[in-house]
Amino acid sequence: MNFTATLIGQILTFAVLVWFIKGVLWEPMLKVLEDRKRRIADGLAAAERGRHEQELAEQKAKQRLLEAKQEAAEIIALAQKRANEVIDEAKQSARDEAERIKAGARAEIEQELNRAREELRQQVGRLAVEGAEKILAREIDAEAHSKLLQQLAAEL
Amino acid sequence: MSEANLPVTANPVEYIQHHLTNWCVGCDPQTHKPAAMVDFHAFFLDTFLFGALLAGLFMWMAWKVGRNLDPDHPSSLQNLLEAVVEFVDQQIKDIFPGRNPIIGPLAITIFVWVFFMNAMDLLPVDLLPWIASSIGEHVFGVDPHHVYLRVVPTTNLDTTFGLSLSVFALIIYYNVKTKGAMGYIKMFLFHPFGKYLVPVNIVMTTIEEIAKPVSLALRLFGNMFAGELLFMLIALLSFAWYVLPVQVTLGSMWAIFHILVITVQAFIFMLLTVVYLALAHQDDH
Repeated sequence: MNFTATLIGQILTFAVLVWFIKGVLWEPMLKVLEDRKRRIADGLAAAERGRHEQELAEQKAKQRLLEAKQEAAEIIALAQKRANEVIDEAKQSARDEAERIKAGARAEIEQELNRAREELRQQVGRLAVEGAEKILAREIDAEAHSKLLQQLAAEL
Repeated sequence: MSEANLPVTANPVEYIQHHLTNWCVGCDPQTHKPAAMVDFHAFFLDTFLFGALLAGLFMWMAWKVGRNLDPDHPSSLQNLLEAVVEFVDQQIKDIFPGRNPIIGPLAITIFVWVFFMNAMDLLPVDLLPWIASSIGEHVFGVDPHHVYLRVVPTTNLDTTFGLSLSVFALIIYYNVKTKGAMGYIKMFLFHPFGKYLVPVNIVMTTIEEIAKPVSLALRLFGNMFAGELLFMLIALLSFAWYVLPVQVTLGSMWAIFHILVITVQAFIFMLLTVVYLALAHQDDH
């Protein structure tokens, strides 16, 4: 139980040790710990932000999908309508065409009929003339009576 | 557990006396003790050397870790020191108002250095003295009974008071810095009983202030000295082979318990240092 010069030695050792630890260990390490704490906090915040962004993106994608579906449905409806129209138009034009062909045919038939009738009339006229020739037993001047014959033929 | 070639139980008093004598420069050549209670011509080489050696160990650890601090892949030693630094820093944050650049390094140095010095107590009591006496005998040709070595620096008042007086100096420094010289004197005059009991106040506050370093130093010294003494007494049990189990059991138990004691003492020293310095920073007295 004495106080000796060791006291001073120990105080000096202590002072040097505190100074050394302060510069070499304490301050650098606290900085590293602080940095690490901040980095972890930043990382967590970034993760949170990322999750939030993902949620937003998912919502957006869902929205887009819905819109696309609606658009597709509209397009399909439009196409269907157009198809119906095309069909109707085709039907209409086919009907018109048929009508036209029918009209043409009818006209042709009429024409044929008229020609046949004309021919028949002429033949009947000739026959009538021939008959009359035979009946009169003398020749009728065809030149002189052509006007009469023609009149006859027109009456038939 | 024998000292050189002499069975220790032959003279227990001398065994203990021998163990309690320091390796001293400038002591009385007959008694191997300092000449007086306060003798600054004497110097305990063993206390200083072991203290410096353990300080060097801590410095080496700090340097090894501090040289390349890796925040992402800390080495195991860095992990250990990080845990200690965070622990000490947390204690300071809990107790200490505001910030002070010296308080952290001071606290961790006290904690680790005192712990290291205390931990010397866990080495077998005779191991290092026996090595020292062997070296003394065979290398230097000295009588092995005149080689003295005490390996636990904290069983020496010089060490504990060296620490506590350093802390005391800082207490006074920060008291004056925070309160001003007049404020510090006023604290002695008017604390704790107000201005009508100035003489009592002076006595009370002086005792209060002086008690801080004295209690710090004596608490550590007393605990470590008692622990060391008990190890010696257990070592003295080896008077016959059949007591060996008892000795081993007692020694192990005391060593295990002592792990707690050395840690707690180092922690208390550190904590009270922080508390005292926190008080010194308060301006409300």
